[in-house]
Amino acid sequence: MKYLILIQSNERSLAVWAKLSDQERMDFGRGHMELSAEMGSAGVLVASEGLADPELAKWVSVRDGRTIASDGPYAEVKEHLAGFYLIDCAGLDEAVAWAAKVPDAANTEVEVRPVLDMSQWDM
Amino acid sequence: MRALDDLLRECAPQVLGAVVRRYGDLDTCEDAVQEALLAAAKQWPVEGVPDSPAGWLIRVAARRRVELTRNESARRRREETAGRMPDAVEPRGDDELTLLFLCCHPSLTPISQVALTLRAVGGLTTAEIARALLVPEATVGQRISRAKQRIRASGARFEMPSAEEWAARLTAVLQVLYLIFNEGHTASSGAELSRVELTAEAIRLARQLRGQLPEDGEVAGLLALMLLTDARRPARTRPDGGLVPLAEQDRTLWNSTTIAEGVSLITGTLRSATIGPFQVQAAIAAIHDEAARPELTDWPQILQLYGLLRLLAPGPMVTLNRIVALAEVDGPVVALAELATAAADPALAEHHRVAAVRAHLLEMTGDRAAARAQYRLAARRTLSLPERQYLEARAEKNAERS
Repeated sequence: MKYLILIQSNERSLAVWAKLSDQERMDFGRGHMELSAEMGSAGVLVASEGLADPELAKWVSVRDGRTIASDGPYAEVKEHLAGFYLIDCAGLDEAVAWAAKVPDAANTEVEVRPVLDMSQWDM
Repeated sequence: MRALDDLLRECAPQVLGAVVRRYGDLDTCEDAVQEALLAAAKQWPVEGVPDSPAGWLIRVAARRRVELTRNESARRRREETAGRMPDAVEPRGDDELTLLFLCCHPSLTPISQVALTLRAVGGLTTAEIARALLVPEATVGQRISRAKQRIRASGARFEMPSAEEWAARLTAVLQVLYLIFNEGHTASSGAELSRVELTAEAIRLARQLRGQLPEDGEVAGLLALMLLTDARRPARTRPDGGLVPLAEQDRTLWNSTTIAEGVSLITGTLRSATIGPFQVQAAIAAIHDEAARPELTDWPQILQLYGLLRLLAPGPMVTLNRIVALAEVDGPVVALAELATAAADPALAEHHRVAAVRAHLLEMTGDRAAARAQYRLAARRTLSLPERQYLEARAEKNAERS
């Protein structure tokens, strides 16, 4: 079963971040790297990335076969996706246990979303 | 090339089993066998297949294994002693079976058991396993190497489990093969090609296991269940990848040869062996497969078999499937009452298929508005994309007519 662990950046998480010392920020970053390594050696990691600032995002639409890429409505955005872990593990309990190790969970919270899978279905 | 590929895959577990039996360490032996298989794939097309392919592979793998460990100077002396007689390793009939049992060692998680079995017994490369399981190659590689470490750490030896352990270990082996089959038994069109190989691999491994344990009823039952399920594959999906439920499948597309094999297998087994859950599930699949039209299905017998399965291997899916069969025999009102009782069980209360079954039963009673609401609820809760599309379509259908 695959699960996506989502890490949001919002006013609360920014407030926590602002209060951290340099050392604490270093530990935070190291915590993410160590977690990726731990997930990797446990054979559950599919992908994990931190995302660049939403100001760098492009909003893409296609109309009449024409692609339009615009800078989008980033000004109003109060919360955005800052990073994720995609893992493949035995079940929700294990996914929650991994999510609890994400450094952000100790400050704010992270979200665990099951990924739709292609399992069989017989009536 | 196909024939050579099949031959190598056929030999792989036997060769690995023989080498591990001789040297003990799954880790290095597995690398050595992979290299021997590569060497064979290069040399045999040019030089011809040797008289004893397995013997050739064992000799090359044993030699390679000595070279691999010789590089570690600390072990040199010990390895040189062993290195004098790589030719003394002979294949033995039960090596493959021992290897399969080792791959399904209880110290491993089910996903690791699956990866290791595919690699060591199935002879698939890490890349092939990764493609089939839809995870990155590095992840599969880690699972396999971790599994091998765990086996070593647990002190497991290359030998058959003891008599007390035997039944539990065989159950684990059958579960792993069934997991592999179900991974492949998918409705997605995009991933279909690589995953069909997984279904074929599970069936191949089950056939091999049956060759080694011909008297075991559950081994035969699992093989029959796989065959009888796989026979319906051509009718299970629409070209767009959408799911076709059993009652709406074009039964002329079912593979009649596979059905005949599965039916004869399960019929023979039920007569002679001790009954078990896989045999009962195979018997249910056989009854479905033998009905030329849905309305010819022998529901009373299916209901009886689900009753038996509920005793042998209770679980939420058994409870729900039994209620669906009950609706066919005693009507949807009786089944709805039974469902209300069953859903009170906390193990079932959260199960998304409760809503799907309730929707189906309500549709049978003609209460379309309630059926639609339950189909929508079930569609929201399922994690399967084809299933969600199917449930949403059912909800729509009930909206149109009301």
